Formats: sequence, C-alpha cells, structure tokens
Amino acid sequence: MATDFSFPDAAAKAAALPKEFEPEKMSLSMGPSHPSTHGVLRIQFELDGEVVTKADPVIGYLHRGDEKIAENMTYNQFVPYTDRLDYIAPLANNMAYAIAVERLAKLEVPARCQAIRVLTAEMARVSSHLMGLGAFGIDVGAWSVFMYTFEEREKLYKLFEELTGARFTTSYSRIGGLSRDVPEGWIQRVDAFCDQFLPILDEILSMLTRNKIFLDRTVGIGVISREDAIAYGMSGPNLRGSGVAMDLRKDKPYSGYEQYEFDVPVGGKGDCYDRYLCRGEEMKQSIRIIRQIVKNFPGGDWYAKDARKIFAPPKDKILTSMEELINNFMIVTEGPQMPSGEVYFEAENPKGVLGFYIVSKGGGVPYRMKIRSPSFCNLSILPKLCVGNMVSDVVSILGSLDFVMGECDR
Amino acid sequence: MTTDVDLPTAVSQKFPSATPRASLDCPAFNVPGADAVALLQFLRDVQGFDFLMDLTAIDWSAEKSPRFTVVWHLYSSTKHSYVRLAADCANDVDPVMPTSVGIWAGADWHERECYDMFGIKFAGHPDLRRILMWDGYPHFPLRKEFPLAGLPTTLPDAEIGAETGTGVISAPMAGGPFVATPGEPMGEAEPRAKDEAWNERTPKPE
Repeated sequence: MATDFSFPDAAAKAAALPKEFEPEKMSLSMGPSHPSTHGVLRIQFELDGEVVTKADPVIGYLHRGDEKIAENMTYNQFVPYTDRLDYIAPLANNMAYAIAVERLAKLEVPARCQAIRVLTAEMARVSSHLMGLGAFGIDVGAWSVFMYTFEEREKLYKLFEELTGARFTTSYSRIGGLSRDVPEGWIQRVDAFCDQFLPILDEILSMLTRNKIFLDRTVGIGVISREDAIAYGMSGPNLRGSGVAMDLRKDKPYSGYEQYEFDVPVGGKGDCYDRYLCRGEEMKQSIRIIRQIVKNFPGGDWYAKDARKIFAPPKDKILTSMEELINNFMIVTEGPQMPSGEVYFEAENPKGVLGFYIVSKGGGVPYRMKIRSPSFCNLSILPKLCVGNMVSDVVSILGSLDFVMGECDR
Repeated sequence: MTTDVDLPTAVSQKFPSATPRASLDCPAFNVPGADAVALLQFLRDVQGFDFLMDLTAIDWSAEKSPRFTVVWHLYSSTKHSYVRLAADCANDVDPVMPTSVGIWAGADWHERECYDMFGIKFAGHPDLRRILMWDGYPHFPLRKEFPLAGLPTTLPDAEIGAETGTGVISAPMAGGPFVATPGEPMGEAEPRAKDEAWNERTPKPE
C-alpha cells in the first residue's frame, strides 16, 4: 500500500480521522524515578495527545516524619535532620533552624557567629543555584552547563568540608552558636573562590542566557501570574520571578542581613526564563554579600557565652572543670532548656522561605514542630501550571521551579 | 511597626469573639472555628496579610479537650509582619474546620497535609485526600498516641502484599539518641523508644 502524503502533519491527520477514531485521553505517570523530576516527585497526567489536560502531583515518597521525630528528641539532636530537608543547601537549613530555636529562647548570638552563619548560608545559596541551573540545563538539553556548575559547586563543597568536616550533611549550627569556629585561613580561601568564580559564573550564564534553544524552551513557558504566585504561597526565586519583590533578608532581616548591601532581582513576566534569570543574578548578589563579610569579618566570640543552659561549653573547659562537665552532661542528655511558648521563624533559603513553627512546653524537647517547606508550597501550583502545556514543557517548568523532594516531603 | 499596635484593636472591634493568644513573637489570636474563615478574609483583604505562609495543627493529646488546634500563619508583603491565628476544633473525635481554600489556593495542599497527619477534616475542601501518606493508610501519624516507630500496616498495593506476604513494619528504634529523664534508667528513657513496648533492654514482643 502506498504511503499517503496528503496530510501535512500528524496532527492534521488525526483531526481528519473519521468519528469512530476519536482519540481518547491518555493517562501517563511521570516519576517517581524520572530524570526531570529531580528526586521522587510523581505527576499523574491526563493527556490529550501531547497536551496536558490534568496534572495531579503525587508526593510523599520521601516522607520520613521529620516533624514527629522532632517531637521525640532534643533541640540539638534535630540539627542533623535539618541537613536532610533541602539537602542541596544544608547550611542554610542549619541556620534557619538555629535562629528559630534561639527566637524561642530569646537568645542573641554574637556578631561573629551571625556573620559566619550568613556567610555559609550565602555560600549554600550559590551552591544550590549552581545545582539548580545545571539540572535545569540538562532538563532542556544543555549538558555542558552542568559540567561547569558542578565543578564550581565542588570547590564550594571543599570549603564546606574544611569548615564543617562534611561535604553534604554539615550539621554546622548549634542552638546558641556553631559547632566550631572557622579554621585558620579559611576566610581567605573563600575570598579566593569568589575571585575566580565571578568570571566563570558569567561564562556559565552566557551559555544559557542568549542560547536560542534555551530561549525556545523557556520564554513564555510556565507563566505564573503575580496573583497566582501569592495565592499559592510561593517564595524564593519562583515568587520573585513573577515580579513580587519579597525577600525576607531585606524585608525582615535576621542574623545581621541588614548590614549588607545587596539587590533583590525581580522578574517581569513570571515564565521559566525569568526564574532562571533571577537565580543567575541572585548568585552574583550572594557573592556580593560574601565579599562584604570577608572584608569586615568580625572578631570576638562565635557562640553565646551567657547561655549556659543552652550552648555546651568548650571541650577544654569540660575536661578541667566539674561544673562545666555537669553542665555539658545536662545539655547533652536533657537538651538545651527552653521556655514555654510558641514562635514562628522564617528564613529566606535558596529554594524559598523555610519556616519553623515551634510549640514548646519548656524543657529540651519541642512539643510540636512544624516545618514550612518552600518546595511543598512551590509545587502546589503544579496542577494549575501544567494544564495546557506539552509534556516536554512540563520538564522545563519542573526544572525552573528548582525544588527538592527531601524538603517537600519532610 | 504600627501594625503591631493597631492590629489587635482592629481585630477585636470587627471580631469580638477573637481573643489575644500568648505569643513570643508576632501578634496572635484565638478565634472560634466558625469565625476563622471570616477573620482570615478580613486579615487578607483589609489588613493586607496577602500570604498564607503556613497552616498546621497541634494535637494537645487525647486527655485534653479541645484536643486539636488549627494554626494559620499569615505574612504581609507590604507591612513586613506576621500574624498567627489559632482555632480549636470543637469535636475531639471527629475534628472539623472550615476550609480556607476559597481565600488562598495554596491552602489546598496545607489542608490536605493537616488532614493526612491529624485527621482534621476541612469542611468545603474540594479534594480532601491524603497527600504524604498513601491513600488507604489507616492512621494519622502526627497524633500524639501514634508511636514514633510507626504501626504495622498492609502494603498500599494489596496484590503485592498478598503475593509477597509482607507488610509495612515499624522501624527498629533501639540504640537511637536518648534523653535521660532524672530517676529513670537510661535504656528506658529513650524518647525515641518511649512509645515502644520494646527497646534494647526489653525484647520485642512477638
């Protein structure tokens, strides 16, 4: 039988089919192990041809019950669990959690501690956005970006390793301080990293920003309106990409962010491309903050000295003084002693606003802790955002939302 | 911040039923469940709290009544301030709260999570299904009586469960981090094992 060439394309051919061949909707499950779902997100689609008519995200594959676990251990013991929320930027989670508990204890940490925390959080932001951009690049077919961003991220991880002893699961903060002070010469190495990073960042961004294929895949795709972004409680670059200039580092400064000069990049249209641009610019602003800290790195204490029932004394004191030994024992076994009451603290993390709501009845264990995760809120717009797009555009959208399932599922 | 001064007055004038709630940071109100949605609407439309940041619940344990409290955290991107709203669920056995999906679309997933974890039903919610646990999961894990290790249940897929003869088992908790309560032997004071009938000292009952 001769091939019929009279139809210009497959779609027109399908449209011209006789009535009994009316195409039915197709059900497609994307994930939980799909390269573009960045972890274990699964989306149940209803497709009309290639167009999504319904999307139902199925989450919870990485649910570990972190909130339940928090109710069953002391405040310091929960620090390693915060590493595993947004595991791409553990240092930022450590800081957000520590500040939340310190708000409960009405504890102020010294300037040096604040500066180290901000420094590490901004480094975590750069490493998170590098990962986000690299993965976004792969999603839309630009492999080489990932190679460049991973090399830079590796340099950051070397610095994290030197500071905290771990590359990934840093567990760096403690309630009322840090697990240790910065090592000798580390600040200079951070500065040297910034020096060599900025030209490479420009190179990385130049691979995407005017790349025709990248533009075709992202411009005008997955547009989130300002109103939708607010209604769905989005945050971070995803919210700012839609034109809402909300950044808690500026609006409600914590840990001394008010001392640093930086700009908040805001998108105009709210499409995937705007979200990409926001992340690119945010990295430059983070480097700007890091530079300011490195330039004026405060001396003095790196933990709250007056908080005897909260922050464990240094090891040399524990081994030489009976009182300090008892104190250390009480903090380790019973946990840092907190007053009763409730606080809610939110920090501007790389992925968005990470919040901790702590209900305390006093003592060393929280009665209830709720983790407000940015990825959870950012993904809740998916049922609305995916509809009307092609399946391949959904890949772009997921890449541009830059979520982490460890945080979404908790 | 001026809002911290006049917000309680504005709320109490409009909603006499709302009472101030003890809080260590932002202004907070207790409100009857029936007025909650109207107050949320008022806070968003009149007071400019445009973001629903968080929605969660607290279980005050089975002995207390009212047992469940639903907590909303709102943020104003113009005034840069938070407000906390709490409403007790009237019924302890079958807690119900009116939905706020009509005000914020993002409340959808928050309420689903709250239902999933506490079993609080949100009246008027368009699609109240479990979200983190699987459909058909029989327990509400964040209720206080639920043990940390979990409870044995059947697999989500009954066919696989029947074929393999396995189910979801509780996590072995022995040897986890501990907090000693004075006067208790340490092995029995593990909070991670407190809910358990067994730990490293007392063998697991068959």
